[in-house]
Amino acid sequence: MVVCVPIACGGPVRAATSQQTQDAKPPELLTIEDLTVAFDGVQVLRGIDLSLARGEALGIVGESGSGKSVTWLAALGLLPDTARISGRVRLEGKDLLNAPARDLDAIRGGRVAMIFQDPSSALNPVIRIGRQIGEVLARHQGLSGRSIREEVTRLFELVGIPDARRRFDAFPHELSGGQNQRVMIAMALAGKPDVLVADEPTTALDATIQAQILALLASIRRETGMALVLISHDLGLVAESCERIMVMYAGGVVETASAVQIFSRPQHPYTQGLLAALPSLEGPLQRLVPIEGQVPDPAKLPPGCCFAPRCPKRRQVCDSTVPPLVETEAGRQSACVLPASLPIRSKTAGMSA
Amino acid sequence: MTPAILELQGISRSYATRQGLLGRKLRFRAVDEVSLSLEAGQTLALVGESGSGKSTTGRVALGLEPADHGAVRFRGTDLSQIDTASWRKLRIEMQMIFQDPLSALDRRLTILEQVREPLDIHDIGPAKEREAVASAMLASVGLHASNATKRPGQLSGGQRQRAVLARALVVQPALLVCDEPVSALDVSIQAQVVNLLTDLQASMKLSLLFISHDLKVVRQISQRVAVMYLGRIVEVGDTQAVLSNPAHPYSRALVSAVPVPGRPVGERLILDGEPPNPVARPSGCAFHPRCPFTRPDCRRFTPELTPLGDGRTVACHVVTPGKVRS
Amino acid sequence: MLRYLLIRVLRAFITISLVVTFAFIVLRMSGDPAVSIMGDDASAAAMEAFRREWGLDQSIWMQYFLYIAAICHGDFGQSMRGGGSALELVLSRVPATVMLTLPALLLKVAIGIPAGIYAALHRDRTIDQGVMVAAVAGYTIPSFVLGLVLVQIFAIWVPMLPTGGTGSLPHLILPVVTLGVGGAAILARFVRSAMLEVLGQPYIRTASAKGIPWAVVVRGHALPNAAIPTVTIIGFMVGNLIAGSVVTESVFSWPGVGNLLVVSVAARDLAVVQCILLFVAVTMVLSNLVVDFLYGVLDPRLSSGNSTAGN
Repeated sequence: MVVCVPIACGGPVRAATSQQTQDAKPPELLTIEDLTVAFDGVQVLRGIDLSLARGEALGIVGESGSGKSVTWLAALGLLPDTARISGRVRLEGKDLLNAPARDLDAIRGGRVAMIFQDPSSALNPVIRIGRQIGEVLARHQGLSGRSIREEVTRLFELVGIPDARRRFDAFPHELSGGQNQRVMIAMALAGKPDVLVADEPTTALDATIQAQILALLASIRRETGMALVLISHDLGLVAESCERIMVMYAGGVVETASAVQIFSRPQHPYTQGLLAALPSLEGPLQRLVPIEGQVPDPAKLPPGCCFAPRCPKRRQVCDSTVPPLVETEAGRQSACVLPASLPIRSKTAGMSA
Repeated sequence: MTPAILELQGISRSYATRQGLLGRKLRFRAVDEVSLSLEAGQTLALVGESGSGKSTTGRVALGLEPADHGAVRFRGTDLSQIDTASWRKLRIEMQMIFQDPLSALDRRLTILEQVREPLDIHDIGPAKEREAVASAMLASVGLHASNATKRPGQLSGGQRQRAVLARALVVQPALLVCDEPVSALDVSIQAQVVNLLTDLQASMKLSLLFISHDLKVVRQISQRVAVMYLGRIVEVGDTQAVLSNPAHPYSRALVSAVPVPGRPVGERLILDGEPPNPVARPSGCAFHPRCPFTRPDCRRFTPELTPLGDGRTVACHVVTPGKVRS
Repeated sequence: MLRYLLIRVLRAFITISLVVTFAFIVLRMSGDPAVSIMGDDASAAAMEAFRREWGLDQSIWMQYFLYIAAICHGDFGQSMRGGGSALELVLSRVPATVMLTLPALLLKVAIGIPAGIYAALHRDRTIDQGVMVAAVAGYTIPSFVLGLVLVQIFAIWVPMLPTGGTGSLPHLILPVVTLGVGGAAILARFVRSAMLEVLGQPYIRTASAKGIPWAVVVRGHALPNAAIPTVTIIGFMVGNLIAGSVVTESVFSWPGVGNLLVVSVAARDLAVVQCILLFVAVTMVLSNLVVDFLYGVLDPRLSSGNSTAGN
């Protein structure tokens, strides 16, 4: 899918590549085009298109099997060799999927950082945390010796780890889950990346700690202007922290819209179903409306729309054709043949942040 | 007035842990003077974060662990006073389901065999009818008959949890303790299981003790909720009242931690610091180091649960000043 | 840490005592030294005299008590076959055994560990399967079969190396290889599975996500973790330095402790056999102690306390 600047700026313009003039820095920091991933012949990602603008907070929501994590692992080359990946992933125009290992190593941690679920097992148990962060500083910032210690202390203070000086020599098992996640964030920030991809960063943490971590991410974004990709199964969490949300199902994108729009006027039946199934803390108490059935086995996907077997608005056409992701309004996309009343534009239509 | 089906009076339970390799043994109270009552046919939720003691309370309530102090009464009978034969009969009436259905099921047996097993163990009903009873139970939890001959590995997470539920309910218990039963499930499946629990509660007149960290689900399923912090109950009351207008500062932080779409992150009540180590329990009110409203009294005196007037009870010096216990 | 070690030392002591007692009882119940040493055709009176001289006519408990008392004075008994101190006899054989087992250990480590790592890094590819097949062959072939086959090939068909005995470097090669192959195979399999377990851990993915090149991830992040279980196996092999060469020494007529053990058991030379067993038990137990200590050093989770709260 070709990504363009919205019409309001004077007409569709192609995303600038690095060869163009320096002051025309492309607003799209990272673009993914038609990314597919297969394991052992089973397709887990069926063609993802997305773009991330500088400083943007993008939320990726999906349940199990949606491919929300696989997308980013594939983009950063973190999948095992047995994975078959195709498509294009570009960081400011530079191709990532076919980049040589040395370039990819410089980008990982240096331009795009990723943090994971369950921080206590995502940190090496036999290496002191100061050294684990120091590795990033040495590699991406060229620091060494004393300056590493100082910078790590500064980072610890930035992420709110108390007693920063002494913690340099601590091991991960000496800290709690919340503190370890702060260490991971500090480690991610050490390389001064342009994008932070957070894969379910708070799922394994207590609610009050979750609130702290999300507030921390928000304040870091404000200070550094870093873009954030927040992956979660929790629609509410993502909507609170992100401006734009992408909903994924069974290895494909089904809807993209701003956080407000997703909640007030969801378009895709899956998103609508998710919202109806979500219990809430406010508003009238109603019986939940679950989505019947379950997520399809990726090895046995239905022909046509993946969601059709569970969709309350299913029609005959849904079983035979895979609906493309198209723009339904300015800044929104949906992969559904409904509503028929909205104009279906071609894929070259614009999409804004 | 119908007596409560389950009553916990002043339950305490401690564990011993060793600090480090050469350290001494330390005792800590996982549950500290907890008193609760659950009316028949109702749902009482226990909420809290890790270290709150809610899971331990659930196990003590069911008699899976003995309480060090205090009494557990089921339908008026003190559980610690009865003999083994009576215990076995009581087992039929009190069941439990947990968070991970896969580890709760035997991988080698079929679903039907596992749902039928409790009937065989407790010798319920004539043997030749047990298979039919088990099948009927599978149907009432929404599992299609074709699943009866499958093994747990062949089912999805939601289906497994339904199977676990069927197995627990096939003996027609009066009380079901659920420890985070939907936390590991996808949102769409969560809704299925939550509805199922509500429907079964109505049709079987079940009483539920629902342990969870997810306030949204708790609001959906329970009539009363008890908030726990570091082994003590800090607030108890009608679910709607507690969750819409929490009184205790910790309840307020918990409620405020639930993400609300569109609300700016800065408006939350965010606590400082980490949940404390139960071995190194803060003096007075255990919450005082993290409390935004702490006062000098809070460090010295442990607050008691005091009625608030609208049916709720809260244990906080700031909310109900003047009631102290040294 | 201190308490950790003290408990281990106490257990070690109990283990050694059990081994010694077991050996003591079994040896005395399994046959009469008088018959083995003096021959079938010796007169009853001669045998009786023999027994009296060696204290075999007393009750087993008395013999045991005397034995323990003697050990506490450093007296490990006399060899029935040749006279002379059992301890000195055993000690005189130790250098020969170590001359075999130490190079064999180095061989095991030098081949087994890299093979295991390499196999793990190329999992399920041809090289991995090749290494695994070789490993299975290596530890299923009994050492005497391997020894005899090697002798047949390299000493008889292609007479490059001597068939047995000691004396020079070429004499060392075949026995060391025979000893080392089995252990290298076991080590390779073990290291492979330890590495695979570690490589599947989330922190390896984190290291890659930080931009650390794969070689550095393997060296700096994976190996230190895989070393922890590997150390146990190597510790066991070190413990086996004295005892592990019994069969090989027989095949190659190598005058070491293993050879002495075989001969002494056949002759029911009680003091010597007990002395050797005591040696073996002590070496094993000491090496396990060292391994336990190393665990504490390699795995920081063991030395400091955990502060996880219950639920």
